[in-house]
Order: sequence, then C-alpha cells, then structure tokens
Amino acid sequence: MAPLIVSQEELDRRRIVDINFETVANIPSTDFPGHWPGESHEWSLEKFQNDFKIEFHRNERFESSFSLIGVDASIANAFRRILMAEVPSVAIEYVFVHNNTSVIQDEVLAQRLGLIPFKGSVEGINWMRWFKKPTEDDPESGSSPADYNTIVLRLDVECTKNPNADPKEDDPRKIYNNAHVYAKDITFHPVGRQEQFFFGDDTFQPVNPDILVAKLRPGQKIDMELHCIKGIGADHAKFSPVATASYRLMPDIKILRPILGDDAKKFAKCFPKGVIGLEPVSREEASQKGSGYEGHEGESKAVVVDAFNDTVSRECLRHEEFQGKVKLGRLRDHFIFNVESVGQFESDTLFLESVKVLKLKCARWKRGLTDLMR
Amino acid sequence: MSREAYQVPTNVGGTQNAFGADSMGGGSLDGPVVAYLCGECNSRVSLKRGDQIRCKECGHRVLYKERTKRMVQFEAR
Repeated sequence: MAPLIVSQEELDRRRIVDINFETVANIPSTDFPGHWPGESHEWSLEKFQNDFKIEFHRNERFESSFSLIGVDASIANAFRRILMAEVPSVAIEYVFVHNNTSVIQDEVLAQRLGLIPFKGSVEGINWMRWFKKPTEDDPESGSSPADYNTIVLRLDVECTKNPNADPKEDDPRKIYNNAHVYAKDITFHPVGRQEQFFFGDDTFQPVNPDILVAKLRPGQKIDMELHCIKGIGADHAKFSPVATASYRLMPDIKILRPILGDDAKKFAKCFPKGVIGLEPVSREEASQKGSGYEGHEGESKAVVVDAFNDTVSRECLRHEEFQGKVKLGRLRDHFIFNVESVGQFESDTLFLESVKVLKLKCARWKRGLTDLMR
Repeated sequence: MSREAYQVPTNVGGTQNAFGADSMGGGSLDGPVVAYLCGECNSRVSLKRGDQIRCKECGHRVLYKERTKRMVQFEAR
C-alpha cells in the first residue's frame, strides 16, 4: 500500500493537546509507525533535522529559557530528568569535626554544610574525577583522597567578645566577633594540582557568601575539615547542578468565532497581559458574508497576540458569552524549558551537559545490544 | 559493634558506680583527674574519684563533661 498523504490541516490538529473546561484530551503522541493505517511515520534523521528547532527566549548566566520544537515528550523529559539527577557537580560530602562547642549539633551542621552550593573553575571541576565510596561488603574498596577527587575546605571560627563595641549596643553581630558563621568563612586549601585550576576569581568558593551556617556566642568555637567530592543529584540533591529545570508546553489559543466590542475587552481580561489584543474590524472582514463581522466595521475584535505568555488558566471557558467561540490547547512538541543553575555552571552549558550524558547512556545501551547479539 | 556484643564494663576494684558513691568523702586518691565544666559559671572544674560534685568557683552542683578531643567524622547528608 502506498503511503497515505495526510493534509497539513490534519497534521496541525494532531499536534495539539486539547484543553477543555474540565478535561485534557488528545494527550499521547501518535507519530509512530503502526498507529495511523497506511501512514509511515518512520523516524528519519533527515526529517528530524529539518523539523527540529531551538529558540532562545532568554539566556542569562544562571538562568536560561529556550524552546525545543519538534521532539517527543520522552526526549524532552529525559533531558529534564538528567539535568536534575545526572549532571555531576561538587559538594561537601565528608565533615571531620575537630571541635564544635556551638549549640548546633555536629550532624545537623554537617548536613547544612553539605547543602551549600560551591563554584570554582569549570575546567577544574571537569578535571576532577569520581571519589569511589567504600561499599559495606568491602570497606577497602573505596578510593583514597587525592588532588583529583577531593577538595579540602576548612571552617575554623571562634566567637569572642568585641571590646570596642558600644555598651548600649545589643546586636550580637556587633558586640561579639564571629557571632554569625557564614559560608564565606569556609576557606579553601588547594592540594597538588588544584592550585593550577582554582586561583583568583576561579578559586573554589561558595556561590552565595552570605549563607548563614551557624550562630555562636563568646567562648564557642567550630573547627572542622570539609571534603568535597563530585557526585550526581540521583545520589543526593546537594549534587544537583540546577535549582529548577522544568518545561511547559507552548499554549495555543484559537478564536473560532468573532468576539467583539465589550466582550472582546472582557475576553482579553481572562488572559495575562499581552496575550490577547484588540483590533478594529476591517472593511473587508465586514463585507465578507458569513464571517460574523457583517455590520461591525470599526468595532474592536479580540485577536491572539502572543500565546507564549498564557498560563492556560481556562478562565475564558467559564463565561457564557465565549461558549464555542474559543479553543484552548497546547502544542505537543513545543517544549519551553526553563533552566536555573545553582551557580557552578552556566545555565546554557548545563543543558549541553545533559545532552552529553544522554549520548553516553545511548552508547552504553548500544554496546549492551551488540553484546546481546554475540 | 552491635548492641548484643556490648558488655557492661565491670569494675575491677569492686562494686563502685560511676560516681564512686561508696567512697564518697573517703580518701581514695587513685583514678584519673577529669575536667568538667560548671553549668552555671562555665569554669573548668577538675575532679577525681570521690570528690564532691560541686563547682569550686560558684558552688553550683551541675557539671558537664567536656567535648571529646577526638576527631569525629560525619557524612554531609
């Protein structure tokens, strides 16, 4: 059977996830072989290359937003999940407490320290290798700390009275020295080749120097050594390089029948600012029979200006006067990503890292398949 | 070490509890000197077995043991 040629109209219809008053319909994708009788839908690299598009909406150092157009949900979701759980980053893992007389317990303090995001030379972080943890069965199997797998930090603070403070002062930060311990009090002690990578602005340091770690009073001190290792978010959230990595589908608003005059104003109010605009009905439209604009020349009509900013609140579906005049939907293959970096890497390179990880996974899978064939 | 493997240490010198109550006020001078911290004035109080549990500065009767000098390792998770 010769492959059926499907009309563009039908293809556009298939691309849209329907958003109804209380339900969401037409959710799964159908562009795979065997779903539509007589149609091929065979995956081809050439077709993918032609259809796939990336558009950047904003690209700041630590926050970027971009669209992936023309991929399946499974791929887009794989990137999102890899970003959160499988792109490696460096965080404090081992805490050696020499002294801690503060009111915050050792284990609580250790847990707090682990969650502090650190940054350093990207080259240096990429140069670092995994620190293999010893297993329960074989305590000797772990790797020993070396310059290429462990970064040593120290936190050594002691609180004292400030003799120069105003006697009427009651702010503990002024009457005492080191009453508050911040992330910036953590010092980096390079070992071996680490000096070649982490120096100057690229030194290993907390991303946010003002994170409060503990509070002290005179006589209390904290003296601990912190070992940072490379890890992945699947192991612990502190290793996740992103604050958020999410996507939404591009909203789609279709005005089926004219919405005019005061109704148009009310319709625009059902959406976020800038999504719906008002335009006067032109002479041609008014003269066209059956368009619904007859005799309304010069009146304002509602038009979709920018569906991108819509939140798809479905507010317009609640009103009697818009019944049957509007159709809401989302484009199934248009993913608007939002990636916010925690600070170790730049947000756009993070996405490329996730692509790299997926590629590695595919290579491993392929190797597994060839092994299976033998 | 599992809980089952733990054995309550038995004092060689007879039936003495941790406070050495049976020799309270007695003149037994053996045993190590342990430093404590006063719960009231935070001064260091060195006590040996049989000493009265009392701060030498302020007479407060609550003393705390000092934190271990040993390094303690934790996982930051």
